[in-house]
Amino acid sequence: MTFEYSPAPESTAIVDISAQYGLFINGKFVAAKGSKTFNTINPATEKVLSKIAYAQASDVDKAVVAARSAYTKVWSKMAPQERGKYLFRIARIMQERAREFAVLETMDNGKPIRETRDIDVPLAAAHFFYHAGWADKLKYAGAGDNPRPHGVVGQIIPWNFPLLMLAWKVAPALATGNTVVLKPAETTPLTALLFAEVCQQAGLPAGVVNIVTGDGATGSALVNHPDIDKIAFTGSTGVGKGIARAIAGTGKSATLELGGKGANIVFDDSPIDQTVEGIVSGIFFNQGHVCCAGSRLLVQENVHDELIEKLKRRISQIRVGDPLDKNTDLGAINSAAQLARIKEISSSGDAEGAHRWSPECTLPEKGFWYPPTIFTGVTQANRIAQEEIFGPVLSVLTFRTPQEAIDKANNTPYGLSAGVWTEKGSRILWAAKQLKAGVIWANTFNKFDPASPFGGYKESGWGREGGRHGLAAYLKGGEK
Amino acid sequence: MRIDIRKTYKLYIGGAFPRSESGRTYEVTDAKSNFIANPAQASRKDLRDAVTAARGALGGWSGATAFNRSQILYRIAEMMEARSEEFVEEIALLEGISRVAAKKQVDQAIDAWVWYSGWCDKISTVAGSTNPISGPFYNFTVPESVGVVGIFPAQKSSLLGLVQAIAPVVAGGNTAVVVASQKFPLCAITLSEALATSDLPGGVVNILTGITSELAPWMGAHMDVDAIDATGLSKELDKEVRISGADNLKRIHKFSSSDTPQRMLAFMEYKTVWHPIGI
Amino acid sequence: MQLVEGTDSSIRRFLKQLPGVDQVGAESRAAMLGTRSIKTASKKWAIDCAISMIDLTTLEGSDTDGKVKALCTKAVHPDPTDPTVPSVGAICVYNDKVATARKHLDAIGGQSIPVAAVSTAFPSGRASLEVKKQDTLDALNSGATEIDMVIDRGAFLSGDLVKVFTEIVYIKELCGDRAHLKVILETGELVTLDNVRKASHLAMAAGADFIKTSTGKISPAATAPVVLVMLEAVRDWYEMTGIRIGVKPAGGIRTTKDAIKQLVLVRETAGEEWLTPKLFRIGASALLNDLLMQRMKLRNGNYAGPNYVTLD
Repeated sequence: MTFEYSPAPESTAIVDISAQYGLFINGKFVAAKGSKTFNTINPATEKVLSKIAYAQASDVDKAVVAARSAYTKVWSKMAPQERGKYLFRIARIMQERAREFAVLETMDNGKPIRETRDIDVPLAAAHFFYHAGWADKLKYAGAGDNPRPHGVVGQIIPWNFPLLMLAWKVAPALATGNTVVLKPAETTPLTALLFAEVCQQAGLPAGVVNIVTGDGATGSALVNHPDIDKIAFTGSTGVGKGIARAIAGTGKSATLELGGKGANIVFDDSPIDQTVEGIVSGIFFNQGHVCCAGSRLLVQENVHDELIEKLKRRISQIRVGDPLDKNTDLGAINSAAQLARIKEISSSGDAEGAHRWSPECTLPEKGFWYPPTIFTGVTQANRIAQEEIFGPVLSVLTFRTPQEAIDKANNTPYGLSAGVWTEKGSRILWAAKQLKAGVIWANTFNKFDPASPFGGYKESGWGREGGRHGLAAYLKGGEK
Repeated sequence: MRIDIRKTYKLYIGGAFPRSESGRTYEVTDAKSNFIANPAQASRKDLRDAVTAARGALGGWSGATAFNRSQILYRIAEMMEARSEEFVEEIALLEGISRVAAKKQVDQAIDAWVWYSGWCDKISTVAGSTNPISGPFYNFTVPESVGVVGIFPAQKSSLLGLVQAIAPVVAGGNTAVVVASQKFPLCAITLSEALATSDLPGGVVNILTGITSELAPWMGAHMDVDAIDATGLSKELDKEVRISGADNLKRIHKFSSSDTPQRMLAFMEYKTVWHPIGI
Repeated sequence: MQLVEGTDSSIRRFLKQLPGVDQVGAESRAAMLGTRSIKTASKKWAIDCAISMIDLTTLEGSDTDGKVKALCTKAVHPDPTDPTVPSVGAICVYNDKVATARKHLDAIGGQSIPVAAVSTAFPSGRASLEVKKQDTLDALNSGATEIDMVIDRGAFLSGDLVKVFTEIVYIKELCGDRAHLKVILETGELVTLDNVRKASHLAMAAGADFIKTSTGKISPAATAPVVLVMLEAVRDWYEMTGIRIGVKPAGGIRTTKDAIKQLVLVRETAGEEWLTPKLFRIGASALLNDLLMQRMKLRNGNYAGPNYVTLD
């Protein structure tokens, strides 16, 4: 007999999903102007979870008007300390309803409950708690003598960490005295709509947070709205460039958190078992739907075979399947479209001669799934070494000397994250200095904290989120 | 009566003083439209060469110690002080202002170098941080140079606007490709002569003279330029550069205030490093 | 397979090539595995598996024949009301109680249950080699078929690796075919996970059949990260030599939840092959009753109480 884990599904009884959702404007759920709706589905089952109102330009305008009015009449006049108290309240309510958020996020997104429960939701609440304390200390934030909010901020967030990205955007914006119109991703609107309920429970003044659901056109209406002062966007580099062009000459400022092709560099003296763990969490955390994923593994050639053997053994342990099962490590791919993209780029790896390996694993019949995959024998010239796959696919390259590792790591238009694995302290600091990336994880990977600035060099974006430096992005006269 | 020796105003690229590869010059006149000089009219290829020189100098300059950069910036001030008479003359001539007013501009420009010299080894302390992570990790954030910065200094100022744009960029460890004020380019060339004698490695600052509207689009679209100081661009050119600059997400900033650390930080990137704390 | 000669340079060279252990990373992996949710059928299997792996232990100055006999009775039939409960893996006692234990087990149908003796001046190991050898012989002659020896931690920490190594070699020689040798590292005194990995490999190279975390007299004892690192060591040893060495966490494992976490660590680190009493033991005493209560809960659907399991 073997030790097979029985199914351990998290109960969905805790969530109460409405059949239909309106837009959250001026403190209330309201119908969209048109009758158009779109479905949000559970990517693990393809079952429809709810029908979501589609916001068109006139709805976005209503939301901006509400946000402007709340900014002028209420939020900008409120004593900073009181503003902070609302954020504390929100943090607490998110903690109280943490399990509900976790289950809902897992259903709407497809990521494992272990991650939503242990990472996404607690971190989201922590972001509000952290920024709440900043609200009345802005003059100490290093953003000049007279830090002022921008006004109304348009925020567009992706589907990979729906609630966490909401927190990264909304918490600093509110703490610094801005009001917000937020557009969640088309495939993952539910936790944002539950967050709207949290705002109501917290008694947040109407119009301070507005949530408009829709697609790219909705986002575009938000970006181009003349009464938006600042855009904060997390998503693809392609869309980010479009936003940069759209706001050119308008005087709007922007923070952009975009794509990446993070290099994870393993030297031959690394703590190998923890390195293997770091590689696994670097690329398989959240199905690889992570802009800062360590999707390019750069291994010193003299330990390549040993490392890959250990890595394969470890990857074989990854439990793929029902995201609600508490033992699942790798959940569903978020959408059919994303799955198609992963398949397309990965197949170029086969075509270009890299060696594909996946462990044996049975994937569920319904839903969108991709097995954990590694490609060895990859070179810089391969598409899978250059393009962001945004899925559970790792490209393995080798290097001979530290300088070669750095040169390969930096040989990309992206510059979001990088990893360094070695027991040698001076080499870590040397590599950290050489790497052109906004976040360097040394002997660890994919760690996040509200106090730690996050953001990219080069085409990975503009500005930082988190910490004192992220706060400044929401202040005029601030550090960028 | 002795006929004086006039200066040939050339470009400053990679520490050398070439003419434009295009062979072009353009006429610069004084406030009363009298001919003053025929400085080089840089072409897109000169701009390309300047970017290559700036990229080549980046590793050494950004990798130099902050103290070393600080000393070199101070040395620039020393070299300018020695040439201040020449600057005064050029400013007074081109801008049509009194020598007293011109002298004031020169003094301010020299003092700006001294001010930014002092910043080189302080900006990390002021703008960096160690971050209290909820977990067993040491986490710190430091500002670093962004890379190659294209600079369009204020058009209406011969020297002060120029220095106020270049000094913070190089103080932060960046290298620069400067397109001098179209109308008042002479001080830029004289400045490059000061730079060339100040221990500043060749290629750290490259100075082009010419037609702003001709060069700006090439700067905006150059994929190896990381950032642009667009202070001296017209509204239209600013927009155009921002649109083409989006292709590699250049950091593009325009400044109304001078002598502030924000002008350095605008061209610096924050890098955050994590490491576990364990035994 | 002879990987190491008993010379200082050979041992050092061997241990030096081992990769380091990052404490934070190891702890976070162990913590993550601790979140595995083992329910229903898998829990039932795990409880019985854990019972069969227990080295039911009493190591007190106050141990008497009566106490030891009672423990043996419990070892054979942990739950007198339920014959489907498996016997435990072994009885673990001090030397002078080995004969009593062996005799009583044989008398009550526990012939298949081995008796383990803690040896080599347990728990501190502070005695001469001659005394340690004599101690071991004494246990073997009394009928012990498993010897739980302690390493000389003082020697290990001072860098006298030859002493640690050769002591194990000598004791192993004495055990011969008569007994399995478990080598106690006392990880709570080695402190760092790097030391745990080194000591594990040193013990295996010297001939250990099992590597064991602790004496139970020092805290911390069998923490999840320590067991994780030891499981990685036996896994790597198997890769190198083709030989599977056992692992025995001891000390601090008191609840069913603790025990199941250990089994999860085994399954996802060394692998399924180690999920047998031949290769994994849990040194414990109070744990058994908690496992029995959980077993009752699974059988009856109601939570059990301490009066429904036997005291010893």
